[in-house]
Amino acid sequence: MTIARFWRETPQRYNLGGAKCTVCQTVYFPPRSVCPSCAQHRQSLGRLEPFHLSGEGEVVTFSVVHDAAEGFEMQVPYVLAIVRTKEGPQLTGQVVDVDPSEVKIGLRVRATFRKLREEGKAGVIHYGYKFTPADEWDGRPDGRSTPAPVASEVQSAPVGGSASA
Amino acid sequence: MREVAILGVGMTKFGELWDRSFREIGIEAGFQALVDAKLSSGDLGALYLGNMASGSLIAQEHIAPLILDYSGLGAHHLAAVRVEGGGASGALALHEGWLAVASGAHDFVVVGGAEKLTDVPDVEASRITGGTADHEWEAVFGATLPGLWAMVARRHMHDYGTTREAFGQVAVQMHENGSKNPNAHYRNRLTLEAVTHATPVAEPLGMLDCAPFSDGAAAVVLGPMERARKFTDTPIRLAASQVACDSMALHHRRDLTTVDSTVVAAKRAFAQARRAPSDVQVVELNDAYTIGALVALEDLGFVEKGKSGPAFLAGEFARGARVSMNTSGGLKAQGQPFGAVGVAQAVEIVRQLRGEAKERQVSGANLGLAHNLGGTGGTSVVHLMERVN
Repeated sequence: MTIARFWRETPQRYNLGGAKCTVCQTVYFPPRSVCPSCAQHRQSLGRLEPFHLSGEGEVVTFSVVHDAAEGFEMQVPYVLAIVRTKEGPQLTGQVVDVDPSEVKIGLRVRATFRKLREEGKAGVIHYGYKFTPADEWDGRPDGRSTPAPVASEVQSAPVGGSASA
Repeated sequence: MREVAILGVGMTKFGELWDRSFREIGIEAGFQALVDAKLSSGDLGALYLGNMASGSLIAQEHIAPLILDYSGLGAHHLAAVRVEGGGASGALALHEGWLAVASGAHDFVVVGGAEKLTDVPDVEASRITGGTADHEWEAVFGATLPGLWAMVARRHMHDYGTTREAFGQVAVQMHENGSKNPNAHYRNRLTLEAVTHATPVAEPLGMLDCAPFSDGAAAVVLGPMERARKFTDTPIRLAASQVACDSMALHHRRDLTTVDSTVVAAKRAFAQARRAPSDVQVVELNDAYTIGALVALEDLGFVEKGKSGPAFLAGEFARGARVSMNTSGGLKAQGQPFGAVGVAQAVEIVRQLRGEAKERQVSGANLGLAHNLGGTGGTSVVHLMERVN
C-alpha cells in the first residue's frame, strides 16, 4: 500500500472520525458523502457533517484468527471482532489485551490507538484502532444503527410452500 | 424478452493444474461447450468471460480477447467481454450472456469462467481473494475471508444454537458428493471428527471448513429457446437470472447471519420463473466456508431462518433427499477457481436436468437453482434452470 493510500484515511483510523447526516441524524463510520437512510438520497448531499465516535461499544461477533492476514503473522492467534459502537455504526477490528478465551458476544470494549502492522522491514508502519475490554462505560448502544433502511424485498426470506421446514 | 436456452456445457478438471496455463484451460472448457452444443463457431455473437483477478494472479489483464484469439475465433472479431464480481464473477458473466440473448442483441453466445489460483503462493492467493471483501475497513484491520465467515458462524451459533457439528457436516457431505465427481479437486471422504478437529483457521472454522484454492474453467453456450431444438433434444431453459448487491463490509449488513443480497436475488428469481423453493430438486450453492452453505439454504428459502443446522444434520439436503445440495461436491470438494465457480454450477445443474450426471444423478430432477456469491455477500447471483420436455 502506498503512503498516501493509508495516510488519507488517518482521521478515520486514528480518531474514529465518522459522519452524521444533518437531515435524518444517522451516524456513519467511515464517513459517507451520501446518506443511505434518507429516502431521497440527493437531499443529503453536502449535508453530512464530521462526527467523532466515542470509541465505546460492544462485541457483536468475533473469531480467534490463527491463519493471519498478510502483515499480521506475528500476532496470531488474535481476536477479530465486529463492534457495535454506542453511536450505532458497526466496525471491524481486533480485541487486544485480553485472553482470547475471555472474549464473548456482548463484551464491552473501548477503542484504543495501536500499531496495526508493518509493511516489511523497510515499509510503512500502519497505525489505527483496536479495542480493549472496558467495563466502566454505562449504557447499551443508543444511536441509530447504520443499516437503517430495510428494502421491502428482504423483510422475509422466500421460504417456499410445502418445502419449508 | 426472449426465452433463453442452455445448449451446451463444458468444464475442465478442477484442482492444482500446474502443467496447464490459463489460456489452455479457458479454451478447453469453451470448446467442450461448443462441441456439446453442436454449434459452429461462425454462429457465435459474443463471449462473456467471468474472472476475478487475472491481473494479480497471472499478471494478465484484458483476457477476454486473449481467450477469443487462442480459441481460433480472432478472425471473427466477436465482442469478448470480461466480467468481474469477486467469487460471483462466473454467474455474473452468465447473467450478461442471458441479457444479450434474451434482449435479442445476440443469438448465440459463449459464457466462460476461468481462474488460475495456484500460479501464486497460497499466502498471496489469500490476500488477493481477500480483496473481495472491503480492503480499507476490514482487511487493513486484520480481517481475512475465513475470519469474516467465522464471525457469521459465531453469531449464527449464538442466535440459533447452531452446532459446530452442523457446519462440519457440510464438509463431510461435500466430500462424499465430490468422491463421485471425476472433475473434483478432492475425491477423498472425510469424517466429521476430522473436520471438527482440523487445524483452526479462524475459530470456529478449521482448515476443512474452507474450500481450496483451485485452477479450473467452465463454459456454457446460450441461444434463443425457439431455435434450441435444432441443436439438442434436451434444451434447458434458463428460467431466471437475477443479481442483487449489498454493502461490501460484513459489519454494515442489516443482519450478520443473513445475506440480504441472496434473499433478494432468490426472491426475484422465483418471481421471474413463477416458481417456489419447494419446486426445486437440485441446487448448487456457495459453500466456500461451510457455514455459508447453511446460511444460503436459509436465504434461498429452502429452510426457515435459524433451522438449517438441524435440517442439514437430519440429511434433508443429501443427494436424493428433498433437495439435493451441491451434487458436484460444491466449492469445498469440486473446488474453488473463483471466476469459474458460477459457470461450473450451471454445468452441474444442466447435467442433472439432462440426466447425464452418472453416479451423481438425482432422479426426477426438473428444476435446478445455482447460487453464486462474492466476498461475504456484496454480490449474489441466482439462476433457475428447467428441463423442457
